[in-house]
This record gives sequence, C-alpha cells and structure tokens, in this order.
Amino acid sequence: MRSAPSRLAALLRQGHFVVTAELSAIDSPDPAVTLNRAAALRGHADAVNCTDNTGAHVHLSPLAAAHLVSEAGVEPIMQLTTRDRNRLGLQADLLGAAALGVRNVLIMSGDDVSAGDHPEARSSYDIDSMQLVRIARTMRDQGTYLSGRRMESAPSFFIGAVENPFAPPYDFRPARLAKKVEAGAEFIQTQLVFDVPRLDAFMRRAGDLGLLERVAIIPSVAVPRSARGARFMKEKVPGVQIPDAVLRRLEAVPVARQAAEGIRIAVEIVNQLRDIAGVRGVHVIAIRWDEGVLTVIEEAGLLPRPLAGAGAAVAALP
Amino acid sequence: MNEPVSLLGRAVIAIERPLKEAVWDCRMCGQCILHSTGLSCPMRCPKNLRNGPCGGVRADGACEVFPDRPCVWVEAWEGSRRLPLWRDHADHLNPPVDWRLQGSSSWINLATGRDRRRPRGWVSEAADAQRA
Ligand code: SF4
Repeated sequence: MRSAPSRLAALLRQGHFVVTAELSAIDSPDPAVTLNRAAALRGHADAVNCTDNTGAHVHLSPLAAAHLVSEAGVEPIMQLTTRDRNRLGLQADLLGAAALGVRNVLIMSGDDVSAGDHPEARSSYDIDSMQLVRIARTMRDQGTYLSGRRMESAPSFFIGAVENPFAPPYDFRPARLAKKVEAGAEFIQTQLVFDVPRLDAFMRRAGDLGLLERVAIIPSVAVPRSARGARFMKEKVPGVQIPDAVLRRLEAVPVARQAAEGIRIAVEIVNQLRDIAGVRGVHVIAIRWDEGVLTVIEEAGLLPRPLAGAGAAVAALP
Repeated sequence: MNEPVSLLGRAVIAIERPLKEAVWDCRMCGQCILHSTGLSCPMRCPKNLRNGPCGGVRADGACEVFPDRPCVWVEAWEGSRRLPLWRDHADHLNPPVDWRLQGSSSWINLATGRDRRRPRGWVSEAADAQRA
C-alpha cells in the first residue's frame, strides 16, 4: 500500500481490525440531516460509506454526502458506480472528492436501474468497475487522466472495490479479485456475509493466490431487523444470499424479539469472521437502523475504536 | 460519433455481422475480445462488463437484469476453462471500450491495429510499474 493520507489506510497498515459502517441514504437538502446521521456513527466506525444512488434509487450525491460526513468529524468512503456517469463524470467526481479531502473511494458497477425507482432510465456503463479502479489508480500514481492529460497535482486516494464471493461463477471470484488487485484496488468490501463457510473458502483461495498481503479484505455484515426484512433482502436486493437456516432462525422467534435475534446473528457472524485469516475488519450495515449497527459493534467487543487523533500521527508514516 | 466505414469495411461487415451474430450473438463493438471471455460475447452483458461478472449474478447463474437469461460471464468463465489456448486470457485487464468503433468490423480493426489503440493515459501495467 502506497502512503495515502487516509486514516482507514493507516489503521489497516498498523494492523488494527477496522470497523466501517454506512450512512443511511439521505433524501434531505438540509445538511443538518446528514451531519446528524454521520455524528451518530462517530466513535463506533473508523470510516463511513456514502452510497451512490444505492439500489438504483436516487439519493443525495455521494460527493456531497462525503463532504458533510467529514465535516461531522467522521472519515468518509465515497462510493462511485459506473452506472450513472461516463468516464468524464467519474474522473471529475474523483478529482472533486480529492479536492474536498475525501481520501477513500469505493468503486463498483452498481445495481442495475431495473432494481430501482427509475427503471426506465438509460444507464451509462461507459466503462466497467475494473477499468475505473485502474483509472483512479493512474490518476493517483501518475497524476494523469485517462486521456493522458496531466492534472496540476495528483490526487491522493485509498482505492477500494467490491467483491461478491456468494455469486456464481464461484471459482471465478478469487481470480476476479486478483484482477481487481492487479488493476489497483487496495481494499475490498464484500457483499453481505451470511454464509461464513463460503467466505472462508473464498479467503483461502485468495490466500493461495497471494492476495491477502496485497489487499485488505473487509467483509460486510448485515443486521437483520426482522424476518420480513431479511426475506425482502434475499428476494429484492441483487446479489444477497441468505441461507434458509438464518431465515428460519429469525422466523422462530416472535416478531417483537426478532430485532434482538438479528443483533445476535450479526454479532456471531462478526466473531466468526475475526477468526478467518486475512479478514482485516468488518463493514456493519442495516437498513435504516443505525441503533442496530451501533449495538452490534458494541456487543461484538469492537469498542473502543482507535482514537481519531492517532490518524494524524500515522498519516505521516511512509 | 462512430467512425466512417469504408467500402471495403462495408463488404467485410456484410460477411462478419451475420456470421458472428449467428454464432456469438455479436453486437459489433468492433474490438473483439472473445478470446478473453471464453467465446462468450461480453457486449451482451447489460452492464457492458468486459472484465468479469458483477456482484448481482443470481444463485442459479442467471443475469441480475434478465432473470431468464444465463449470465454472460458465467458462460464466459466456463467457456474459458475449456479453451486450450486462451485460458489465461480471462485474467487480462481489458481496456475501456472505444465507442467510436461500434458497428465497424472487428476483423479489419484487428488487421489494422485500430482495436489496440488506447487512450494515452491507459496504463496497462500501472500497478506493476509502481511497485517496481
Ligand atoms: S466484436 Fe465485440 S460485440 Fe462482437 S463478439 Fe466480439 S466482443 Fe462481442
């Protein structure tokens, strides 16, 4: 990992088991709304993802959200999909993010518009996520755009990408991870983990390919709030696999106690993940339920987080 | 804008298009990478992915966008395992599409080298160069 003044990168380099969370999607023009939601996660998460029209539904732009999140004293991870912008728009937003002090970017294709609230839209898909990872890397390392034209100075990013070990073709997933690392990815956030053995198999294969020293893998853990919510996720959110055993476990308890059961499930998964070699942190998310996220982070014993001040000191490390 | 097509180009397209459409459901992107996709045309992917599947592939191997179709990249991976010569080409980082070539002949573009022209800032081995 090349030095980037990202605190997340510094924590990983120091060997901390990191915790990231997600800002729930914002539909308000009032900055106070974003500031408050970000502040709620402060002290529990080392960095917070700002999603990019998540689920192909329109929300506050990740660039604006990331800026406000850092105003709230929380380090943002700006997500960027290749669905909504062409290569010009993507590079402009990467540079814009850097100018606003955003140090972490997470690049992905994004859910198709058919999953969202504007299914009639035309998607961009001018370039793919693998190519954008390489472009971001080149912007940072060479200080040039894809065209070859130079920027006045190179932006500094910690470059992330996503992977879904739970989607076919399963054997291709580790190879695709290798390709993303080759393209320039430095950290990976995975799709939601419910099937720990499959994640374990994926990690072993990534280890065989020598990838675990080159990329920090941060699996995602969802906190289901109810059996209905979990079923919705399984059926409606592209790429999410939830084993029937998990659904049955939620359904076995009365509705009023399902949230508590969801927290128990998430805590168990976090604890199992910690034992897997190469897992460098967890990304804890829930659908519009910050309290659930905070509780899981607490009950999994992930507090206290390393002090924010530590970041400034370590950022100067080579 | 698409680049103008010469008379020769048109003649070749008259052969290439029906043939490749019939065999691979070719979309005439003009920069063929079938060798790195197990002979499964990546331009059939609704996200135009040229470097592997997205995270939305369904458990049964169907496309996220069209549940009644197999994912182009599931087919690509299986296809690439069967290729004796181009197996490793699945690992190639394919550059961004040059949309000006849409509708032109990939055979001619291969012969002239037009399909290997990249934007100046596209670094094929960026990470490796940096590590060195
Ligand atoms: S020329 Fe392009 S569209 Fe046609 S088969 Fe090859 S990759 Fe697919």
